[in-house]
Amino acid sequence: MSDLNLIQMILVVFVAFLAGMEGILDEFQFHQPLVACTLIGLVTGNLEVGIILGGSLQMIALGWANIGAAVAPDAALASVAAAIILVLGGQGKAGIPSAIAIAIPLAVAGLFLTMLVRTLAVPIVHMMDKAASEGNFRKIEVLQVAAIAMQGVRIAIPAAALLFIPAETVKNTLEMMPAWLTDGMAIGGGMVVAVGYALVINMMATKEVWPFFVLGFVIAAISEITLIGIGAIGVALALIYLNLSKMGGSSTGGGSSSGDPLGDILNDY
Amino acid sequence: MVEERIQLTKKDRLAVAWRSTFIQGSWNYERMQNGGFAFSMIPAIKKLYSSKEDRTAALQRHLEFFNTHPYIASPIIGVTLALEEERANGAPVDDVAIQGVKVGMMGPLAGIGDPVFWFTVRPMLGALGASLALSGNILGPIIFFVAWNLIRWGFMWYTQEFGYRAGSAITDDLSGGLLQDVTKGASILGMFVLASLVQRWVNISFVPVVSKVTLSEGAYVEWDKIPMNAQGLQQAFQEVSSGKALSNIKETTLQANLDQLIPGLAGLLLTLGCMWLLKKKVSPIVIILGLFVVGILGHLIGIL
Repeated sequence: MSDLNLIQMILVVFVAFLAGMEGILDEFQFHQPLVACTLIGLVTGNLEVGIILGGSLQMIALGWANIGAAVAPDAALASVAAAIILVLGGQGKAGIPSAIAIAIPLAVAGLFLTMLVRTLAVPIVHMMDKAASEGNFRKIEVLQVAAIAMQGVRIAIPAAALLFIPAETVKNTLEMMPAWLTDGMAIGGGMVVAVGYALVINMMATKEVWPFFVLGFVIAAISEITLIGIGAIGVALALIYLNLSKMGGSSTGGGSSSGDPLGDILNDY
Repeated sequence: MVEERIQLTKKDRLAVAWRSTFIQGSWNYERMQNGGFAFSMIPAIKKLYSSKEDRTAALQRHLEFFNTHPYIASPIIGVTLALEEERANGAPVDDVAIQGVKVGMMGPLAGIGDPVFWFTVRPMLGALGASLALSGNILGPIIFFVAWNLIRWGFMWYTQEFGYRAGSAITDDLSGGLLQDVTKGASILGMFVLASLVQRWVNISFVPVVSKVTLSEGAYVEWDKIPMNAQGLQQAFQEVSSGKALSNIKETTLQANLDQLIPGLAGLLLTLGCMWLLKKKVSPIVIILGLFVVGILGHLIGIL
């Protein structure tokens, strides 16, 4: 894997721009590792490696979501930068654990950049106020587009900067790392996904739904069912449970658990 | 003289819905999604109001503070469209009412949008896509992208339409059980699938060998007594499938012992440990970096 040609570099910056936009928009998901790393892999001719990196990072980033005004670690910068470094490093699949390790601090850096842009958006909105008082639709539209572009640039600039580090340098730096370090990082990488899962479980867990966690774990442990199969069983369980809860009669609102639906059914006899 | 009722056509509503895709574009710390909200409303404002005062007033109305889950904004936009349409046709709908509906809906609905989209649907689609992607299968990213965007656009358009048709009556429906059911159903599904992900994708493999036992004769294949020809191979395979071990030393690893309890136990304990740390307000980034360190050190010591 050698240096990228000009067209590839432009495409990489373009993908970075899309990822940056999506980091705030959160609609099409161009900033998610699965999409961003795959796209960077695609335009640089390293599709398979990009896909695998995207999959690995996606597992780690499962719980990264912006809630209200709180900003999560930034998937956009992490994905794009890790992918670029992986490509420039030229190590193929072997370079993935290192790329993941680099992605994490980058996610924090991206977080700060997002907070910066969200602050810079305040004067933009003040300009919108002024445009509104004049009844000027066009100006508001232009300002909105400008704000989105600013978010895109937030990732495009670091990506472009990374591209200008010569591939040789990245490659040599990565090759200097001893085997125990890269192996250790690969092992760490296998464990790190637990954090993402832990984040999501914390958000979701209530006493009522823990039994389903147990079920899911055991079923996955004792069988070879694919994820889609597991998803199907999960949907079925949820529907059955909701139906049984309703049949139990009592309160459906207010998040109170319906107690013992089986007991209610037995009582009815 | 009967004035024609000013109506928002489907084309207008589609334009608004498309623009609401960009609702977070100018997200700012002062009034959050306000810029995007106003941006989305512009096609409707253009249609409903023709005088400069009315248009100015409408724009300023919709530059007020607004923040909710970006897709959940759609039903709120739909209701707002209905209210603005009423107002443009002369009904006494004042600013306070419109802002009140917006504010009243944005909190509770965000409480549903966040768990359902960010903590159930996206992790699940993400995990599904990622598990395919980890073997280099391009279907992983494709399924993630396509399925997500179909769900997202379907949700946004239909809830916007729902909000538009229900108008202000929607606030009555909201307290009903349906939304609670969806949230609970999503948590059940989410917990179930996440547990299977923990079992499958958290990889901890312990290296140390716990015991080495020398087996008695007859319990293992004696390789030096087997001729290296076709018959010998057949004999060897037969012996192995009848239960003989491959060598005379039986190694029991720590990992094998743990797996006998239940496969994936170490991963489960690790995940529970991370949950506890997160509850103690330890930053996720710290935990991630810590795990990398643990991985490296563990490998050096020879445990992992």
